[in-house]
Amino acid sequence: MPKVTYIEHNGKEHVVDATLGASVMDAAVKHNIPGIDADCGGACACATCHVYVDEAWLGQLDKAGAMEQSMLDFANEVETNSRLSCQIKLTAALDGLVVRMPASQH
Amino acid sequence: MILGAGQAGGEAAFRLRANGFSGAITLLGEEPFLPYQRPPLSKAHLLGDMAVEALFLRESSAFEAADIMVHTGARAEAIDRAAREIRLSTGERLGYDRLILAAGSSARRPGFARGELQGLHVLRSIADVARLRPEMRAGARLAVIGAGYIGLEVAAIARKLGLAVTVFEAADRPLARVAHPMTARFFRDLHETHGVRFEFSAAIAGIEGNTRVTGLRRADGSVFACDLALLGIGGIPESGLAEAAGLACDNGIVVDDSMRSTDPAIFAIGDCCRRPIPLYDRRMERLESVHNALESARIAAFVIAHEADPETPHKAPMLEAPWFWSDQYDVKLQIVGLSAGHDQIVLRGEGPCFTLFYLMSGRVLAADCINMPGDFPGARKLVQERLRVAPEILRDTSLPMKEILRLAAAPVAQSQ
Ligand SMILES: Cc1cc2nc3c(=O)[nH]c(=O)nc-3n(C[C@H](O)[C@H](O)[C@H](O)COP(=O)(O)OP(=O)(O)OC[C@H]3O[C@@H](n4cnc5c(N)ncnc54)[C@H](O)[C@@H]3O)c2cc1C
Ligand code: FES
Repeated sequence: MPKVTYIEHNGKEHVVDATLGASVMDAAVKHNIPGIDADCGGACACATCHVYVDEAWLGQLDKAGAMEQSMLDFANEVETNSRLSCQIKLTAALDGLVVRMPASQH
Repeated sequence: MILGAGQAGGEAAFRLRANGFSGAITLLGEEPFLPYQRPPLSKAHLLGDMAVEALFLRESSAFEAADIMVHTGARAEAIDRAAREIRLSTGERLGYDRLILAAGSSARRPGFARGELQGLHVLRSIADVARLRPEMRAGARLAVIGAGYIGLEVAAIARKLGLAVTVFEAADRPLARVAHPMTARFFRDLHETHGVRFEFSAAIAGIEGNTRVTGLRRADGSVFACDLALLGIGGIPESGLAEAAGLACDNGIVVDDSMRSTDPAIFAIGDCCRRPIPLYDRRMERLESVHNALESARIAAFVIAHEADPETPHKAPMLEAPWFWSDQYDVKLQIVGLSAGHDQIVLRGEGPCFTLFYLMSGRVLAADCINMPGDFPGARKLVQERLRVAPEILRDTSLPMKEILRLAAAPVAQSQ
């Protein structure tokens, strides 16, 4: 099971044992990690699952798709390492992934 | 005490804790499950692409960690407001200081389809899918009554699974209550291309069959033979307990901006409530959507946590324009805003990819984005901020939404 570390905006860390194939968003919500709202449940329609991917891991991820990119265009405080966590599927290669959450998802 | 362990009830419980509420929280639900998401019931889950486990919103460990007591398989039968107690079907009584009603909605059943009959289906819950899915065999003849979102989504899945599908609709087009004729036309063509048959202006008078559905009887007496039928004619609010307890109800439990009912100790959220929508002059609406469930839950949680501990500052939830989505075949429909009252329609794009804007005196009231996910976030902002945009600008597909927002961000935005 891939481990994911979620770091809240205030620095608080949460480590989750995620299910293979689940998304980074799924794993957070199922374990009630604060800082990811995921209002649309992963339909790539709300941009309330915004995270900053740790720079060391950026190379391991596929690029954001067109739909994700257009959602990100309208999210708040977008950085070059911004992603929608519902669009990142967890593979064995992502074991140890670290993501940070923005101050607010709305 | 939260009555109803669905999308809204679950959200309220966790939001109470996130707001620092330290009292006891009990979540009471009739279904034998922890809160789960319903949208996939008529989409990926019905198709067989999404397992039941993936529907659950949170792990049971998260409920334990947040100290939320969940009673599943427990049906509330009455609210005793004087004693501040809930009575369960088992006779057990549970007390409350604050009660949140989050009982959702149930499928509307016409008079002729009240009884249980094999092959007659509704689609609201995991149990409904478990009953329907095994009957969706290739070659079977499915009659869908009602061309609303759920009916059309089931029709799409049924075609994928190889059923013969006929949709009966009382109006002259699909989605008649919710979408403009242009959007309706698009969905009609889409389904017909995929082999769905429609009967519009249909009057169904009865179901044929003694133990099992064999057909639908039209008002003119003719019979349409089918193997299974799905009722998709909308939902009715689960407001019976509230009504019996004397709370004001009018197509939903009537609440104020705080989600408070006419009893100050009782709140109502999600599908079962009718609430003022600030973006539309606080018009009272009963909405059935995930957004409405989450937003109303967050408001109630904020208000209750704040009352319990007024000293601590609590962050009020952001209010957003109502929004909704639907997936049919490979088409993605995303809707933002409520279009009622529009006096102008502006079409952006063409063919299978377009956005339809609904304007009132120039203000963007709502938008339907069809295969235009790139437009959706921008459309949300236009609606949310009550912006006015000239139709020729909206229509111009060479302008990305970001640019349109920039052009729209004039002071007139403040005028309503
Ligand atoms: C098939 C389907 C597809 C949908 N698709 C979409 C979509 O694509 N997008 C979208 O935004 N919305 C969609 N919706 C709507 C959305 O799922 C609902 O608006 C949302 O679930 C409402 O949340 P709720 O908590 O108010 O009600 P629910 O989630 O229905 O939960 C209410 C719960 O209360 C329980 N309950 C009721 N009475 C009692 C009682 N007396 N005692 C104990 N428990 C009780 C019920 O058993 C139920 O579990 C869909 C709904 C359905 C059914
Ligand atoms: S959960 Fe809504 S966009 Fe990711």
